[in-house]
Amino acid sequence: MVKVCAWGRLDAFDHDVRAPADRLMLPAMLDASSSGLAFGMGRSYGDSCLNPGGVLWKMTGLDRFIRFDDATGLLHCEAGVLLRDIQRLFIPRGWALAVVPGTQLVTVGGAIANDIHGKNHHALGSFGDHVRRLELRRTDGQAIECGPELNADWFAATVGGMGLTGVIATAQLQLRRIPGAWLQTETIPYASLDEFFVLSDESEADWEHTVSWIDCLSKGSHRGLFMRANSVDIGAQPAPVGGSKSMPFTPPVSLVNGLSLKPFNAAYFNLNKRKTGLRTQHYEAFFHPLDNLHHWNRMYGPKGFYQYQSVVPPGVARDATGAMLEAIAESGEGSFLAVLKTFGNRRSIGMLGFPEPGATLALDFPNRGDRTLSLFKRLDAIVCEAGGRIYPAKDARMPRAVFESGYPRLPEFLPFRDPGISSAMSRRLMGS
Amino acid sequence: MSQSSLRKIVIVGGTSAMAQHCARLWVQAAPAHLVLAVRNAARAQTAAADLKVRSPGSTIEVVETDFLDSQGIAAFAEQVSRGGVPDIVLIAHGSLPDQATCQTDLNECRDALEVNGVSPVLFAEAFAGKMQQAGRGTLALIGSVAGDRGRKSNYAYGAAKGMVTRYAQGLQHRLAASKVNIVLIKPGPTATPMTAKLSSQGVAMASVEEVAHSIVTGIDAGKPVIYAPAKWAVIMMIIRHLPRFVFNKMNI
Repeated sequence: MVKVCAWGRLDAFDHDVRAPADRLMLPAMLDASSSGLAFGMGRSYGDSCLNPGGVLWKMTGLDRFIRFDDATGLLHCEAGVLLRDIQRLFIPRGWALAVVPGTQLVTVGGAIANDIHGKNHHALGSFGDHVRRLELRRTDGQAIECGPELNADWFAATVGGMGLTGVIATAQLQLRRIPGAWLQTETIPYASLDEFFVLSDESEADWEHTVSWIDCLSKGSHRGLFMRANSVDIGAQPAPVGGSKSMPFTPPVSLVNGLSLKPFNAAYFNLNKRKTGLRTQHYEAFFHPLDNLHHWNRMYGPKGFYQYQSVVPPGVARDATGAMLEAIAESGEGSFLAVLKTFGNRRSIGMLGFPEPGATLALDFPNRGDRTLSLFKRLDAIVCEAGGRIYPAKDARMPRAVFESGYPRLPEFLPFRDPGISSAMSRRLMGS
Repeated sequence: MSQSSLRKIVIVGGTSAMAQHCARLWVQAAPAHLVLAVRNAARAQTAAADLKVRSPGSTIEVVETDFLDSQGIAAFAEQVSRGGVPDIVLIAHGSLPDQATCQTDLNECRDALEVNGVSPVLFAEAFAGKMQQAGRGTLALIGSVAGDRGRKSNYAYGAAKGMVTRYAQGLQHRLAASKVNIVLIKPGPTATPMTAKLSSQGVAMASVEEVAHSIVTGIDAGKPVIYAPAKWAVIMMIIRHLPRFVFNKMNI
């Protein structure tokens, strides 16, 4: 047994970790007798990647490419391949993943199981929209090939299915042509939510990537920094050499706290306000700024932290987002990595996939026990009333009723579950 | 690019995690002609396909070999050296035995000594002569920090790796005047499928990418001994020099 924790580091639990070395070894390791769960890079924040007391199949050994067609951009690979390795290999050849999340240190299997999204959702949807085929291994020994046109019901259950329908062994991904590793980016400070929504609306047609950082401590008007970007062809330029750093240990208290947050946020806003205007940036610096700070999650101290990410429908997005930010400011709990973005007008193809039209707000909170949890109750009420939903990949605590109201396709999903697979989250939210 | 102008790299135990990560680094740096000597060709085909995606300009050859048959090893070295001695030979195969089993089952103990000790030195000997004749090439052997001092928890494996260490030293002495490089690599505990059991017991592991990087840069530099990661050079120097009365009290 080994202690394993999720990215939020709220708690570590004993797991029986088993590591298949490649896809040929995988089927023999899946057995229905003990409940197991596929585990990739452990970047899910809450309990969707944990199975306390049970088996974890560590999937990072399945890191082989199988086939790549340079004419069509179709990549077939094992499910433990990291998005980073796909990008680093194929971007120099003019191909890239269509959708990347804030960290590229996640596996292909994890990206599918959480139907992850990126800054270009309004243009290209979520990760599952670019999966052409996947091979699902069930613990009863069955192998199921599925895709948008083959066993489409299995595919819809597995995309965003949190690993509960079987273990994803391999996947075929449609890469897309890009001019190179560089982006033209623009940062625009905004002074209120209204300004944010205007900027979002204006930018969606001409900018592929949009996102914003919001200062959730500024009461009344909500200032922030709106960032947008497009791929740009500047020829082959060497990637910037910046060494990666690591948070070497867990500090005894959270470095994100009542004393540090206000100055942090004010300094971040004011420093970046000066960097407004157009710039050329390497894709890793724009998409994955935190990947070079290994173990940044330790910054929240031994008690760990929560992420709270919701999406609320377009009609009520402005009001619901405003209400959530007011509730946070009143509570005195704070968030540094606060991200606000609008999703495009498309839903996840997954039955339990998170992305849907509207505005998504992602916030991190150091774990301060009941104080933090009671704020979440207020936020839940706002999200539910707005008809929104919470992102399971980030969640460690949403009540079952909130999950059920956010994911009306749950009853449709349940028959596709693999009885030999279970997670702490599935037991919490689905009863088994 | 024609095959003959590609760097020829032979990897014995080409499906081991460490070997595969070294192979990836090599082919991604420049297309190469790779020969993977393996016990099981089916698993090696998945590794070969992976390398081909990473480097379409490379050629990957899979050769199934019996690792314990001295005649077969000689024939293999002969066959792959036809048309030119390899630029690099990396001898990377091995398997981690259970020490307790080795103490009660002598067959298991012999197998562990043979596959981790006898077999790698036979491969090394088979290629050393050819490289000496050609006056070029790098021959790299994967030993282990476990070969530096016998410990109760894994001395069967440690003794075999100790044999690799002595053999590499001998080859280095013999070939000191030639342009052939003999490189001995001593990885510390590394997170691979071979060590999955150790890791489940909570042993801290280096990542296989990190270790492969040390191996590839060390081979390029022609270093005689590479500890990977480098901190193990210091740790093992201390362990080797601990007085017996101290060492014997340690539970390692």
